Amino acid sequence: MSEQNKAESIDVKYVAHLARMHLSDDEATVFQEQLDHVLEHVRSLSGLDVDGVEPTAHAVPVHNVFREDETSRTLDHGQVMDNAPVARQGLFIVPRILE
Amino acid sequence: MSDLFQASLSELMRQLDRRACSAEEVVSDLLARMESSRDRLNAYVSIDAENALQQARAVDTARAAGKQGALLGLPIAVKDVLNVKDQPCHCASRILEGYRAPYDATAIARLREAGAVFVGRTNMDEFAMGSTNENSAFGPVRNPWNADYVPGGSSGGSAAAVAGGAAIAALGTDTGGSIRQPASFCGCVGLKPSYGRVSRYGLTAFASSLDQIGPMTRTVEDACLLLGVMAGRDPMDATSMDADVPDYAATLTGDLKGMRLGLPKDYFSDGMDSEVEQAVRIAVDRCAGLGAEIVEVALPHTEYAIATYYIIATAEASANLARFDGVRYGAREQGADPLDMYGKTRAARFGPEVKRRILLGTYVLSSGYYDAYYLRAQKVRTLIRRDFESVFKQCDALLTPVAPTTAYRLGEKTNDPIRMYLGDIYTVTANLAGICGLSVPCGFSEAGLPIGLQVLGPAFGEDAILRVGHAYEQATDWHQRRPAL
Repeated sequence: MSEQNKAESIDVKYVAHLARMHLSDDEATVFQEQLDHVLEHVRSLSGLDVDGVEPTAHAVPVHNVFREDETSRTLDHGQVMDNAPVARQGLFIVPRILE
Repeated sequence: MSDLFQASLSELMRQLDRRACSAEEVVSDLLARMESSRDRLNAYVSIDAENALQQARAVDTARAAGKQGALLGLPIAVKDVLNVKDQPCHCASRILEGYRAPYDATAIARLREAGAVFVGRTNMDEFAMGSTNENSAFGPVRNPWNADYVPGGSSGGSAAAVAGGAAIAALGTDTGGSIRQPASFCGCVGLKPSYGRVSRYGLTAFASSLDQIGPMTRTVEDACLLLGVMAGRDPMDATSMDADVPDYAATLTGDLKGMRLGLPKDYFSDGMDSEVEQAVRIAVDRCAGLGAEIVEVALPHTEYAIATYYIIATAEASANLARFDGVRYGAREQGADPLDMYGKTRAARFGPEVKRRILLGTYVLSSGYYDAYYLRAQKVRTLIRRDFESVFKQCDALLTPVAPTTAYRLGEKTNDPIRMYLGDIYTVTANLAGICGLSVPCGFSEAGLPIGLQVLGPAFGEDAILRVGHAYEQATDWHQRRPAL
């Protein structure tokens, strides 16, 4: 936990890139300060001994829920595509990736 | 009949069964109230009056033909985070502009099958992230008891509508207290079922291991009615449990004889408003008077709950909200290439609280920080879960405050996220542990704002907390008070 005990600052611009979300400089400044403050509180967990404790991913332990491999009706394709910002011939259209 | 809009679901059901009124009368009376209180509350993001009246007329025809249903003709308001076929589902966000749901959430489908009439979509914090309902693309909801105060959040529209006479009952969702806290702030009943009790299919995911759908009502009896219809295994949600759904209303005995109720000493600590503490302690005495044995219990990891919650919830949110990228649904901002398009769409369309949580969640999952934050929080979650497992060996349910304070003033906490998050201390633990929780009105502050009593029960122990809430409610008149709008 040593890296946490340092008053480490979050690199907001880098994290925003990971989250595929542009940030303005003003936003970056405000979020930087607010999130550093939140992380300071969150670091209180480092004071707790959790050696040998199993992590909880779900409150109710359910594993491998199986069902019969049968086909069934799904959503109507046309109605789903109606929600697309841009669609053509039943396909989602996005900006060109390759030149 | 007048003032149908102030009745409970159960009262309306009795009137409909006796033909003292029609479903159309109920729905049109309520629609008039929804319209007249719209500017004051801003509880709805959309009202589809014509469609609601059509549903009501169809019910009246069906009733005349002898059809029966647990909710036949009863109007329900739906939080804007749940998919109702052919209706918009904005999640109070600008990023879902233009989206129309191609299907019913399972909870909605079950209510529909039981004859419920859907009257409108309630306002909320964007993507259910917030404790004040100020993070909405549709503007803040106002507390029905005082327009200068927030209704709580994130299900603020549902709570304000039920308490303010603009809904008979509503659905909310609760990831860290989003049903119970607004119920407390507005003075209505709010139930967060155990994780796995109600299918999450069709609920726009915020934090998948914490989210639950639940009823917000005027009485505990009404909460029983809605839970009974919605609960149970659904093949569309692998985490919904195949557990028996009891006849909840049948468990309401009106007394607490033979019940042992725990008082977590770690919840009665510094930071709680003295008026809240006093109201809750009086409510505890009242429960003792109804026959319950009160025991003090310990939840020693409570002080770590907020940190644990905000790591896990934001981590899951950052993954869940990755789907909003302008490709398949909702709004899109033009970009030079796909990455630029995602970045611009998300920048222009998410509000500040959603952005903050996506950033925090992305950070705690990122390379080099995962073990220190996310994995560690999951381990502390185990400790919190064990706290409750141990406590429920000593008692049937717990009595606690819902929130440390009454409703905040509008704008009071908007620029101070951590102070806002700390207000969730008594509610987030139930979501982390997967247990159930109920908020019932238990008093008012001197300023005239409602105070809520929280009843926590073990996983799939809704019958116990509903029995406690109902017995307390029947012994008091807090739930009958109505704000003057």
